[in-house]
Amino acid sequence: MLKITNLSATVGEAAEAKGILNGLTLDVPAGEVHAIMGPNGAGKSTLSYVLTGRNGYDVTGGSATLNGEDILAMDPETRAAKGMFLSFQYPVEIPGVPVMTFVRTAINAQRKARGEDEMSAPDFIKRSREVGKTLNLNAEMLKRPVNVGFSGGEKKRLEIYQMMMLEPKFLILDETDSGLDIDALKTVADGVNAMRDPSRGMLVITHYQRLLDYIKPDKVHVLAKGRIIKTGGPDLALRLEKEGYDGVLGEAA
Amino acid sequence: MDCCGGTTEHDEDCGEVQVKDSIDAKTVDAAKALESENYSAGFSTTIETDFAPKGLSEETIRYISAAKNEPEWLLEWRLKAYERWLTMEEPTWAMVRYPKIDYQAYYYYAAPKAGAKYASIDDVPKEILETYEKLGIPLREAEVLLGVEGAVETAAEAREKPRVAVDAVFDSVSVATTFRAELKKAGVIFMSISEAVHEYPDLVKKYLGSVVPQSDNFFATLNSAVFSDGTFVYIPKGVRCPMELSTYFRMNAENTGQFERTLIIADEAAHVSYLEGCTAPVRDENQLHAAVVELVALDDAEIKYSTVQNWWPGDEDGNGGIFNFVTKRGDCRGDRSKISWTQVETGSAVTWKYPSCILRGDDSVGEFYSIAVTNGRQQADTGTKMIHLGKRTKSRIISKGISAGRSNNTYRGLVSVNRKADKARNFTQCDSLLIGQNCGAHTIPYVENRRADAQLEHEATTTKLSDDQLFYARQRGIPEEDAVALLVNGFVRDVLQHLPMEFAVEAQSLLKVSLEGSVG
Repeated sequence: MLKITNLSATVGEAAEAKGILNGLTLDVPAGEVHAIMGPNGAGKSTLSYVLTGRNGYDVTGGSATLNGEDILAMDPETRAAKGMFLSFQYPVEIPGVPVMTFVRTAINAQRKARGEDEMSAPDFIKRSREVGKTLNLNAEMLKRPVNVGFSGGEKKRLEIYQMMMLEPKFLILDETDSGLDIDALKTVADGVNAMRDPSRGMLVITHYQRLLDYIKPDKVHVLAKGRIIKTGGPDLALRLEKEGYDGVLGEAA
Repeated sequence: MDCCGGTTEHDEDCGEVQVKDSIDAKTVDAAKALESENYSAGFSTTIETDFAPKGLSEETIRYISAAKNEPEWLLEWRLKAYERWLTMEEPTWAMVRYPKIDYQAYYYYAAPKAGAKYASIDDVPKEILETYEKLGIPLREAEVLLGVEGAVETAAEAREKPRVAVDAVFDSVSVATTFRAELKKAGVIFMSISEAVHEYPDLVKKYLGSVVPQSDNFFATLNSAVFSDGTFVYIPKGVRCPMELSTYFRMNAENTGQFERTLIIADEAAHVSYLEGCTAPVRDENQLHAAVVELVALDDAEIKYSTVQNWWPGDEDGNGGIFNFVTKRGDCRGDRSKISWTQVETGSAVTWKYPSCILRGDDSVGEFYSIAVTNGRQQADTGTKMIHLGKRTKSRIISKGISAGRSNNTYRGLVSVNRKADKARNFTQCDSLLIGQNCGAHTIPYVENRRADAQLEHEATTTKLSDDQLFYARQRGIPEEDAVALLVNGFVRDVLQHLPMEFAVEAQSLLKVSLEGSVG
């Protein structure tokens, strides 16, 4: 599925570029959920942006492939059509563009890129209603402009709504738990768990262990100074919670 | 007042006209082959043309008047305007910069040689009909009636289709007006103003210059002296015009100014919706367009005037393009009358235009909905004036300015409340969107209020089309150009919904092509 080998990347203009990823290697097979934990500034968000192709991040070495295809050379929209999806830590407001218009445009753009037929309006509405229901998003909310006037929790639920509508092959959840109360966290986790599938891979980036109580990872990786320095099972997350990054990192170093 | 500007590394090309689906692909390709960059209305038509002597003089005016076989009073009206114009100075207060215009370097009248007016549409030179066809403007009534692909449609279906009557102005003269017979049955007069001068002299005499006086401003006065053609509409008492009326302006001849004059009168309780579209071929020289539009709404009448302006904006270095200096004004002369302006401005090198409403009648309403897009090196200084004279008059202004490339986009508006305008109300909202770092957006609202009980609201915002928004949309799979279009359409949404349906769709596509290459 997603294979990252020795990936290095910098952020910023050439003169003052900072190295954020330094030889990161990671392999997430189809059907597995991997968590990435790490202290602030470890490169967690950078990893998600480099994988999805955001401007301003330059890959200086290494590779990343999705099902054997080099994704780093692709436009963000091409990566999306290939199945990469990022649930943003800070979802962006798009005034004047209703959620349903936005998502339907996205679905059909992806389908077009893959040479598939467009999704019909009735099919779309039906699917939207089902997904909305599981996430407690009412029809009124889906007619409002994307993220405009949404609470923190609503924005995160809307990310999951988009994910479920787009049915991506590989999901990256960037700090999806931040700003969520416990009920919203549960709703979001239910949505993510419903997406678990033998053909799908997931990377869950988080600062805290809390989310992993609800989305059980197959593996936990610790990211520090731009590379994976420790990998373990779900118990590693619990240890990090108890001993802190310093304790675990001290041991690794 | 708020002002802001910024800078990007990019400097982009400008738009392309959306050719309607109904035109076959071959025509589109033919048009495309002629275009410069990606402005697809940029072709010119080869047709023999009669010109007035180059430059502006009393002689030119006499030539125009004689060519149109005008009555003496109109010649005198023109000459009076010309005398006045000689004493006037070109205004410099607008936030636009352009080389000094040599008014003697233009032709003030250009007419297709075959004769100014054609008895039937079959007599219109083939080249002109083809020009309009390339632009997607069907002139043949049958085509309009059936929609162009119409061969398979039944007559019944055709009758239910919304129809648009078209007056086509090619350079200085009106070449074809459709659906006249049917409109006449409803009592609606829809014809070129040159014909109206002969057929309805009393109406023309009564209303011409009554909203925009001859001496109003430099460009309006110039227009009064040399106006060539334009559209005349009269909707009689109590009549709701049975179809949308529309004029399509095309500037073809080189070094030619287009000076059209439109006069629309809605008598008591009459309703009309009027659309105006404009394009021009690509020329290295600047072409001059100085139009005057006058609207008169009597008691309980309503006029809705929509414009989609896509004159050639010049190339990416700012060479060529249309200078668009237009005076548009509506007079809500009667009580409870309403005038609504909706404009989508994407073309022209320089735009100087303020469609305004004089709210003279008690309880009259004025509206202005505007989308102005500038890209490349375009400059636009546009807005409106709402002059509240009558009691309980209301006005509403929604302006959306979009600047990209190295362009400058200024909203300039006046809300004036006279001391007799009891309880006047205005709501103004001016939003600016910046795409890139090198463009500028400026908002200059003027308010003159003589009433303590007036309610005036003003909101202004300036936002940047952010990399965050673009990346968010692209991450969801929406290609960059489509993402820009989607975001921009979101920004202008509350104006687009005021355009007639078919126009709104066209305007959306136009926005997209106008902003092509504005990011990246």
